Amino acid sequence: MQPVLELRGVTKDYSAHRAVDDVSFTVQRGAFFSLLGPSGCGKTTTLRLIAGFERASSGEILLNGRIINDAPPYCRNVSTVFQNYALFPHLTVRGNIEFGLRRKGVRDMAGRVNAAIDLVRLAGKESRKPSELSGGEKQRVALARSLVLSPDVLLLDEPLSALDPNLRLEMRAELKSLQQKVGITFLFVTHDREEALSLSDQLAVMNRGRIEQVGAPRELYLTPRTRFVAGFLGSINWIDGVGVRPEAIRLTRTAPQNDVRRRRARVESAVFLGNRLQVRSRTGAGELIVAEASHSEELRPGETVHLWWTAADELVLPPEPQ
Amino acid sequence: MNRVRAIALTPGAAVIVVLFLIPLAITCAYSALTRGAYFGLGPPWTADNYRRLADPLYGMVFLRSFALAAASTAICFLLGFPLAVFIARSGRRKNLYLHLVILPFWTSQLVRIYAWMFLLRETGLANGILQALGIIRAPLPLLYNDGAVLLGLVYAHLPFMVLPLYAALERLDPNLLEASADLGARPWTTLSRVMLPLAAPGIRAGAVLVFVPCLGAFLVPDLLGGGKSIMIGTVIQNQFTTARDWPFGAAMSLVVMVIVLVLLWVGAGRRGEDLL
Repeated sequence: MQPVLELRGVTKDYSAHRAVDDVSFTVQRGAFFSLLGPSGCGKTTTLRLIAGFERASSGEILLNGRIINDAPPYCRNVSTVFQNYALFPHLTVRGNIEFGLRRKGVRDMAGRVNAAIDLVRLAGKESRKPSELSGGEKQRVALARSLVLSPDVLLLDEPLSALDPNLRLEMRAELKSLQQKVGITFLFVTHDREEALSLSDQLAVMNRGRIEQVGAPRELYLTPRTRFVAGFLGSINWIDGVGVRPEAIRLTRTAPQNDVRRRRARVESAVFLGNRLQVRSRTGAGELIVAEASHSEELRPGETVHLWWTAADELVLPPEPQ
Repeated sequence: MNRVRAIALTPGAAVIVVLFLIPLAITCAYSALTRGAYFGLGPPWTADNYRRLADPLYGMVFLRSFALAAASTAICFLLGFPLAVFIARSGRRKNLYLHLVILPFWTSQLVRIYAWMFLLRETGLANGILQALGIIRAPLPLLYNDGAVLLGLVYAHLPFMVLPLYAALERLDPNLLEASADLGARPWTTLSRVMLPLAAPGIRAGAVLVFVPCLGAFLVPDLLGGGKSIMIGTVIQNQFTTARDWPFGAAMSLVVMVIVLVLLWVGAGRRGEDLL
């Protein structure tokens, strides 16, 4: 099947630096695809290139197999949910949602607008102005305003980052169910690995303008190809050049008998995290190892513990190029 | 608490009373008095000054002034809007451009108007260049007509349009313009549906700041119009100087003021907003 969106070697140069460097990936129709990376990694610029707010310096952007590099934003059937929502402050909820349909000269506008308002559960608030809405409601207006146009791809630029933590979790679930309900392709930009891991069908990790790895969340977490991906998707210990995730490390008071990788270490701190205990300990050689223990363990700083894991838990990855 | 409040409000109240209310009261009183035989004014009280304004001659002057002020406001907007957009978008150079906009205020308006006279007169720079280039043979009548007055009014008041427009546009979230394009709006639609509505408070403030002083302008029409292009401001000024008819000048000032207030009121009331 033809992918709905494809980037081929897309590069964006600014006068001082290269924001996006030879980025290629494909997004299948109906997928929830995330671009994950630290701030300044080029993920938002990539999104803006797809939306048409910026022009690629080189490379090709294809929407439904057609190159759209030179198409202005208003000629691309993609729609953006902005980080700050960018709702029109002079228009009501209904006016905001109608805005795109009016530009297209759609007939039966009222029916589609009402369906969109119901979809995001804003019935009864149609005539409010954005200033009279809560953060979550603004978010939903922004979603409805874009979804009502049935875009080929919905571009979401850190849409949850402006919400407070509880609401963020709630909207995360809502976003996923919304995407499944409407079946529209979502391209989701975030720096939050939990969001990316929990929402995405496919995930691309970006660093310094480049794509480090693309794959399903599980694949990227379990078999990262670079140290950056391994470290960005979860905490990791680097022991003798191999990576071991804290949850893979067992912690016992007596030395293990079987043939495993092991370290003897002195506990520096044991932090109670509710469902688990995070234990930071240092080996005789001075290595810092973070492990997770059951929250029923009682560990005190200074205690000697044995840390062990198996070869299968180790991630062997090439060192990062400088 | 109330005493503190009263003391804190006193300077402001004093300014309003001394600089606005007292002069206004004096103007009101003058407008209902009779002019003296040689200068000054005195009793008896009369409404004659207002009756004289019914003369169609003054009606024409009013209309001309309104038309010129309205045209100046419109031209200031058409020139000022793109300029304000440009300044609002020029990043770190914003301050430089804003200073350039207000730079003319550092010299006297009189000097600047004389400079225009030098530029526009028959032997002036504009005609000189056009003749040297062979575009025209005889000098064009650039000075002492309505065109020159309009030019002078626009020149003198453009900053009053640009600054409030800039303030409104500078606050405009650029994401809103991108969102508009993203939702399918072409540039002109984004201008009319997003930019102009959101800049409306600035447009309104700029329009008032240009229209009102243009209506009362007397230096520009006097010097660039050469006395042939009469506006209310010129007539009022004449009453206080050469004609020495202060009561009539005061009456005319008040009528202009009332008309402007009514216009503002109607304009604001229609939208249910504050006066400015």
